[in-house]
Amino acid sequence: MAEVIHPEEQIIEIDVDQLLTKAMELKKAGFRLSQACAAFVNEKFELSYSFAEDKTYQYTTLRVVIDTDTEVPSITDIVPPAVFYENEMKELFGVKIKMISLDYENRFYRIEEETPFGPKNGADASGEKKEEA
Amino acid sequence: MGKRSVIPFGPQHPVLPEPIHIDLVIEDEKVVEAIPSVGFIHRGLESLVDRRDYNQMTYVVERTCGICSFQHGMGYCEAMEHVFGVEVPARAKYLRTIWAELGRIHSHLLWLGLLADGFGYENLFYQCWRVREKILDMQEMTSGGRLIFSVNKVGGVIKDIDKEKLDIILKTIDEVEAELETIKDTFLLDYSVQSRLQGVGIVTKEQAHDLGAAGPFARASGIKTDMRKLGYAAYPDLDFEPIVSATGDSYARCYCRIMEIFQSIDLLRQAIAKIPNETDLFTPVKGNPDGEYFMRVEQPRGEAVYYVKASGKPYLDRFRVRTPTFANLPGLCEMLKNTQLSDVGLLVLTIDPCISCTER
Repeated sequence: MAEVIHPEEQIIEIDVDQLLTKAMELKKAGFRLSQACAAFVNEKFELSYSFAEDKTYQYTTLRVVIDTDTEVPSITDIVPPAVFYENEMKELFGVKIKMISLDYENRFYRIEEETPFGPKNGADASGEKKEEA
Repeated sequence: MGKRSVIPFGPQHPVLPEPIHIDLVIEDEKVVEAIPSVGFIHRGLESLVDRRDYNQMTYVVERTCGICSFQHGMGYCEAMEHVFGVEVPARAKYLRTIWAELGRIHSHLLWLGLLADGFGYENLFYQCWRVREKILDMQEMTSGGRLIFSVNKVGGVIKDIDKEKLDIILKTIDEVEAELETIKDTFLLDYSVQSRLQGVGIVTKEQAHDLGAAGPFARASGIKTDMRKLGYAAYPDLDFEPIVSATGDSYARCYCRIMEIFQSIDLLRQAIAKIPNETDLFTPVKGNPDGEYFMRVEQPRGEAVYYVKASGKPYLDRFRVRTPTFANLPGLCEMLKNTQLSDVGLLVLTIDPCISCTER
């Protein structure tokens, strides 16, 4: 029978000022970036940066909750593969991320609509059902 | 230093069934930088969470991709089951495992065929896809759909596979295994194939880790990781170890995927031998979801992450899927550096790109 691993999985809420420090700590501890994503909930952006460790399968997510006009520092200098995730957050949600190592300037996704998942397009995080288009 | 120029690769290219664009900065015939962009067929499926309730989303998520459709549905349902805190009946776990491994076999055979076509072995491409048809027939026999199964639901599955059909699967995978033995030798021992794959597109273990590589792409560089070890579905009851290779070149990526087909056949035999004889296929789920969870599943292309966030309403606040191809884009860009322009098409194939997944 296979060995089953029950890894530690945690979500750590941090301030935006701590993002680079915490990302550096996880990188030094041997974690790799697994994913990063944004959510628009309760009129705020929730940014999740998930880091995975491949020996113990530990999974740690850094959670940053910010106002929609708050600028977020890019982690691409510390974690280079974040470049595509950060461009995605910027283009789909309109998260203001500064100093991305390769900023596509809204050309990573070749879509016509600007920030389609973002607040200005009426994304409804209230849970109420929207009318079908 | 030679003169630098930029060559657009894609979005339409003979080796790509789906559109992705890569700007190749080349110096003479050597690639010095690769800059990808996607989004030509972006569908915004994730944003449907505010119009489809969590049960309806199962069918939306399954349609993220036609190749790993079942595993998308399973990953989403497993995430929701964690949020609800429900235990799936044992037989449903085994059924999920059987469908997941059938899907892995057909996905890897599809990729092997595309690879063979990429390096010019058209008859080998036909052979791989001919064998794959037998797996598609098994999928159709057991679920009613050749690619989109629609058998998952939050709490379990909605269809069973009876003993007669399980026996047919066993007989079929015996045939597939015998045919694969022949195909395997051509991929791994043929001189012409080796000359196109060995030593080409090397990604070291450190690079693969630093660039967040996933699945067979990471395992081919020596990273021993496989999300099935996390113990979802019936994998805790089955005996297997991740298949790794140390060389990190295109040949290693081919080797890992071929060996993973044999591994999947073995897992199918184990699962069919151990499947519990019970009637419950799902645990009823009551109320609305409240909470969040990051679920990781080992798809044919590697680790897929399903994030669900709910606040006690039928509609989720957020659903997000991070597909393995998206995770492997940084590795692809690094791999293309310092390679010959003529190798680019084949190298792009070796990450087994699924743009449909990426354009969810």
